[in-house]
Amino acid sequence: MLQESNLKQVFGTPKCMKKDFRFTYCPGCDHGVATRLVAELIDEFGLKEKTISSTCVGCSVFLYNFIDIDCIEAPHGRACASATGVKRAQPDKFVFTYQGDGDFASIGLAESMHTALRGEKITSICINNTTYGMTGGQLGPTSIMGQRTTTSPNGRNKEYYGYPIKVAEQIALCDGTAYSARVALDTVAHINQAKQALKKAFEVQLNGLGFGFVEILSSCPTNWKMSPEQAHERVREEMIPVFPLGVFKDVTAEGGNK
Amino acid sequence: MNTSEKVLIKGNYAIAQAAVNAGCQCYFGYPITPQTEIGEYLSSEMPELGRAYVCAESELAAINMVLGATATGVKAMTTSSSCAVALMQEALSYACGDELPVVLVNVMRAGPGLGYIYPAQGDYNQAVYGGGNGDYKIVVLAPSNVQECIDYTYRAFYLAQKYRNPVILLADGLLGQMMEPASFGEYPYPEVDISSWALTGAKNRAARAIYSVGPNEKKHIQHVYDLFEKFETIKKNETTFEEFQVEDADLILTAFGSMTRNIKAAMRLLREKGLRVGCFRPITLSPFPHERISELALKGKKFMVVEMNMGQMFKDIKYAVGDKSQVSLLNRPCGEWLSVDEIVEAVLEEVKNVARV
Repeated sequence: MLQESNLKQVFGTPKCMKKDFRFTYCPGCDHGVATRLVAELIDEFGLKEKTISSTCVGCSVFLYNFIDIDCIEAPHGRACASATGVKRAQPDKFVFTYQGDGDFASIGLAESMHTALRGEKITSICINNTTYGMTGGQLGPTSIMGQRTTTSPNGRNKEYYGYPIKVAEQIALCDGTAYSARVALDTVAHINQAKQALKKAFEVQLNGLGFGFVEILSSCPTNWKMSPEQAHERVREEMIPVFPLGVFKDVTAEGGNK
Repeated sequence: MNTSEKVLIKGNYAIAQAAVNAGCQCYFGYPITPQTEIGEYLSSEMPELGRAYVCAESELAAINMVLGATATGVKAMTTSSSCAVALMQEALSYACGDELPVVLVNVMRAGPGLGYIYPAQGDYNQAVYGGGNGDYKIVVLAPSNVQECIDYTYRAFYLAQKYRNPVILLADGLLGQMMEPASFGEYPYPEVDISSWALTGAKNRAARAIYSVGPNEKKHIQHVYDLFEKFETIKKNETTFEEFQVEDADLILTAFGSMTRNIKAAMRLLREKGLRVGCFRPITLSPFPHERISELALKGKKFMVVEMNMGQMFKDIKYAVGDKSQVSLLNRPCGEWLSVDEIVEAVLEEVKNVARV
């Protein structure tokens, strides 16, 4: 029989999660995994007491009910501006935004892009699920060609709707960006890679190198009208070919820009 | 310039230096005439003092940076003008809901739309009644000279933190661009303790969240009631106005901001002509001194509202006066201000008409 002292806990709720938290994300949505990865890193870096987060309007609006850290809720699209204010007022704090693609790359694109251009020492996480989740699945800035949504019932076509934005590549083009990557959460291997990318995006801020950014491809079973398994299949087969995974900028890598 | 010595200074620079003296730690702004000197001045002052200055990409971003900075308990400010302040209305509604001590300076120009860079007072409604969504109230202070630009900038920072409510300093192009002797003195208010709510990291305390979204219907409704109860306290404690020779007056000239200067001068000339004319000038446009105006109206005093817009404060005076007395309006939407001669003439005309009746 194992002695109690030999037992090692290998899995549990991150310490910085609220004791009584209950996710308001839909079943099968990858938001829960993304939020958990952020919480794990806050624990691992020991940042709980020095973190201030700027949350967005959308599915993650209640982030402060899940993670036990100081949070300010920004108006829709303005999380990066609000986080800039927080960081300039409190330069020694760890500041991150957690936003959807509609928030970060549509209504808030100017704020996001200029925050990257200024090289604000903050970390931004953008959940890309190719739709407006909270309002019930409308065409978003990242909806892929042919995608049917409640506002593109016949599918996205270039004549009518134009093209989706490749956020991680665009952010990588900004000189103030220290790190920009795209990851997915559809497999365990991808989840592990996602955590490594998030870790880098945390580190570039902690080391004062500039803007850290991670775009996370996420499933939205509810609005895609799919089972969680089918939704992950879609991430693999439809999203990743359009939004390739990878690191688009890393100033810490050898050569500086890869 | 932190002394009682008088200096000859432009309104915009006075506001900027007053913000520095008040302890403003972060300035976020975007250029627009006629207030650009404020940002220019602070772009050299703030870094020298180790404080933050950000050239924001838009007014939208600037005011949201103020939201973020004030949420951490520091004093922060943005400044702008009319059509660009219109862009900030969303954030002002959030700032009221979030109870953030935002300080916003609006050096008004003419509207609607891009309008023109003439001085104007067309943003009375925008400031007092707000262009944002939902039920909310902002404190609005209206200076009439460069000295008051300094004094009320100090007061704006103090009131914002004291009540955790946005404050607008409503100046206009005339005040922003003119030079007058003024003295800065010391920032006259005590520092407000923000330690019970500011976001500084959850160290040795529970985590805090600042948000306006209602966790549920009941709590949200209560939150709105609480905000309005707070504003009642502000009204009780902070409503300020100035009045001259109203006691024996038959007619009271009423104006706000820069137009106050001309009604005062007109009053003196009319008094010399033997007419019993007084002056009334709200300093806080919100909370508005309705009660005092009602009191004066009840004594049978008539009012003439003089303003550089199509009659925005006029409606508040009408509301306060009700059917107790009469209110007339002398106005122009923008551009040339209403001169002392014009005001004197308008009063003489009104007196003549009354005599004819």
